[in-house]
Amino acid sequence: MATVTHVKKSCAVNPLKMSAPIGAALAFMGLNNCMPTLHGSQGCTAFGLVLFVRHFKEAVPMQTTAMNEATTIMGGMDNVEQAILNIHKRAQPAIIGIASTGLTETKGDDVDGYIDLIRKRHPELEELALVYVSTPDYVGAFQDGWAKAVAKIVKELAEPGPKIAGQVNVLAGSHLTPGDIEEIREIVEAFGLKPIILPDLSGSMDGHVPDNFSPTTLGGTTLTELRITGASEFTLAIGEHMRDAAQVLQDKCGVPFEVLETLTGLDGCDRLMSLLAEKSGRPAPNKYRRQRSQLVDAMLDAHFYIGGKKIAIGAEPDLLWGIGNLFAGMGAELAAVVTTTQSPLLEKLPAQEVLIGDLEDLEDRSQGCDLLITHSHGRQMAERLDLPFLRMGIPMFDRLGAAHQVTLGYRGTRDLIFEVANMFMAEAHEPGPDDWRQPASEGAACGSCESVAAH
Amino acid sequence: MSTLSSKVQEVFDEPACGKNQAKGEKERKKGCTKQLQPGAAAGGCAFDGAKIALQPITDVAHLVHGPIACEGNSWDNRGAKSSGSRLYRTGFTTDINELDVVYGGEKRLFRSVKEIVDKYDPPAIFVYQTCVTALIGDDIEAVCKAATQKFGKPVIPVNAPGFVGNKNLGNKLAGEALLDYVIGTAEPETTTPYDINIIGEYNLAGELWQVKPLLDEMGVRILSCISGDAKYQEVAYSHRAKAAMMVCSKAMINIARKMDERYQIPFFEGSFYGISDMSDSLRNIAKLLVEKGAPADLLSRTEAIIRREETAFWQAMEPYRDRLKGVKVLLITGGVKSWSVVSALQEVGMEIVGTSVKKSTLEDKQKIKELMGEDAHMIDDMTPREMYKMLKDAQAEIMLSGGRSQFIALKAKMPWLDINQERHHAYAGYSGMVTLVQEIDKALHNPMWEQVRKPAPWDKPVGAAPSPRLAAHRALEGAPTVCPLAA
Repeated sequence: MATVTHVKKSCAVNPLKMSAPIGAALAFMGLNNCMPTLHGSQGCTAFGLVLFVRHFKEAVPMQTTAMNEATTIMGGMDNVEQAILNIHKRAQPAIIGIASTGLTETKGDDVDGYIDLIRKRHPELEELALVYVSTPDYVGAFQDGWAKAVAKIVKELAEPGPKIAGQVNVLAGSHLTPGDIEEIREIVEAFGLKPIILPDLSGSMDGHVPDNFSPTTLGGTTLTELRITGASEFTLAIGEHMRDAAQVLQDKCGVPFEVLETLTGLDGCDRLMSLLAEKSGRPAPNKYRRQRSQLVDAMLDAHFYIGGKKIAIGAEPDLLWGIGNLFAGMGAELAAVVTTTQSPLLEKLPAQEVLIGDLEDLEDRSQGCDLLITHSHGRQMAERLDLPFLRMGIPMFDRLGAAHQVTLGYRGTRDLIFEVANMFMAEAHEPGPDDWRQPASEGAACGSCESVAAH
Repeated sequence: MSTLSSKVQEVFDEPACGKNQAKGEKERKKGCTKQLQPGAAAGGCAFDGAKIALQPITDVAHLVHGPIACEGNSWDNRGAKSSGSRLYRTGFTTDINELDVVYGGEKRLFRSVKEIVDKYDPPAIFVYQTCVTALIGDDIEAVCKAATQKFGKPVIPVNAPGFVGNKNLGNKLAGEALLDYVIGTAEPETTTPYDINIIGEYNLAGELWQVKPLLDEMGVRILSCISGDAKYQEVAYSHRAKAAMMVCSKAMINIARKMDERYQIPFFEGSFYGISDMSDSLRNIAKLLVEKGAPADLLSRTEAIIRREETAFWQAMEPYRDRLKGVKVLLITGGVKSWSVVSALQEVGMEIVGTSVKKSTLEDKQKIKELMGEDAHMIDDMTPREMYKMLKDAQAEIMLSGGRSQFIALKAKMPWLDINQERHHAYAGYSGMVTLVQEIDKALHNPMWEQVRKPAPWDKPVGAAPSPRLAAHRALEGAPTVCPLAA
């Protein structure tokens, strides 16, 4: 049980947090043939775009309503309309996902109202799906924006229908990489079920080389799939922040759901296996029985190195929950924990204290830790504190392969445990002759130091 | 906001800018940026531009007053290098919340300044205005004034909220902040007849350090670089320089021009990219200094250095001349870089098949025309799809651009080189040009291209014999068989 503290200071230093609108934009990127669009100044989009390009090492489709001083004050109706028309003309997407920003929320633009008007004025847009989500920059963090976007996508696009046997919705949280999602798909399919994954970054941001250029996302959840999520037998929400979206789907289409807080670690994976076995009526495939055994063996081998280690983690709540519990469950101490936003998970974390703060707060508390886990912005503090540094989360701009990092499922957990144990092994202290010598009494020790210094 | 809008008008009305002066009164009022098209725009905002221009000042705290997006999504992402303090790479933001939006964020801003003074004690703090805090009417000038008095150190407002315009405008507004609050507020310990300012050089990837050894050898002292690897004090006493070089095209022309007016520091516009531009720049520096009273032997010493460096460069180029002759380059970048890189690449025999002029000024365009001829393929607003097609059809063999369009080239399985602010290699001066050519050569001739262009075993191969570079690519992917390289 942890005490959750909101850090009391005026100035955030070395932010851990990113904004909600770009969280929403990334969720939209998990839809096929979609153009994520921020309703704000062009800089809002440019910063997000650069961030995602550096993280995924992919071309990133993202547009802006290009608000300026005057249009902000007069209201952004014209800009939203023009943006939709321009995108429709130039990129011909199936879906335009619009997220608001601090700028347009401060003004109070009623974008839902705008969209109704635009729909009336432009019957030619009938086929185009428009999803708008309100994400003021000054409320919440990246994962909140993602969560709101997914809930809104489901609310707008899912349609109730006769149940399709074996069809399962997987609502994927923002803490999952394309590689993670691919792993989940394989697992679900291995039980003979047909997953619809939403948002599906494994299709769009997985680093494939398409045969043709596309100005919109290529791969991801299709509009047809989105519509029939309402006809699925049940929904798996991966990550606590997917609960709202799952609830919306249940309320609207009667699809029951189960929230799996994490699939990293033995317990989470076991729960998934039991659930899939129950829903599919099939036993867990042999492949996973072997993998489970490998994970158990990895835990046995690695606990020597991980037990007793102090770990500093800076991550969004749902990522934090998975990795924090994994390593605490292997005997490590979560000595310094910082996150970005409120979540019901935080107070259940096996740590003394969880701060909602920034990397300065984490740095202040990480002295004497054995490992730092956070996104790439931890690089400066890792260097200053001389800490081994495992990069997890977004952004990861100074390493390759961010999209393919897999840290869930039996196999992904096994590999993560090995990676961290190896980092500790690499740091192992080489014993020296004076390691176990009792220090002389205080005064004498100081005296000898001084005499050495004098020579 | 009235002061901000008058500032914007003032910046737009730049007497040293030929393009601006050629306009009528009404046109000029509209400013120098094209109205952005919603749904078809992609550039950075004025705040981004201001940050790019000032963040290279290494020992000050750069505090962004606004919601988390402005700093949280973008901090520590630029490649300006420092020889000393690392404070400029620390992200400071007021990260305002909903209550601040309702009640105003001035108090939080003031307290933030205090926290920074207490914890980091920098020589100065730069406070950046953003859209939301501008919209709710936070008066950062007043807060900075109060904080300067209270804490006894300069707290400088940079009033360039994103929604007033594009990056270029932000560069200029940042320049105004330096002119209003920093330049001329301190005195150097000593001055020499060889003191210059370099304006608009950001020391990306350490490029200033590719040039500085030569200036050192000439006996020229960089009194202040605005703003690459600069310390606050150096900018504050930059008004004592004898002459100035303006590097980044029009980005900071207002600083150069106003320092000339206020402090009689003559300036010239030059570039460190490309051999002839580099040599011209060294010459101009020497010439201006001599005109201002430096001993005349500076000129001959400079010429000797230029001769030596140029000879060394051409020697270094020998192995590449044949390998790069006629290689078709597509150049997608902003203002200054277009023409200075165009001339550089032409010097080693490459052919520029197109260059973007989206962010270029009229003068930039004129220069490109001089370099590439009247029929220069200038691309005003090229869509990613068009870039992709040009590369896929091998109308260009390599693209040089910023990181955002990188994957357009790579997904077309064509070589790409980063020449924007996130780049890792330094391309300035004579040594930088050698690096650029080496990097282009490395990119073009990597054996990997042949492998990645091969079809997968399950796709029917055309059965072409392996041939070098593009020929393989074209044959295997079934593109038109006329190879521009063979012609």
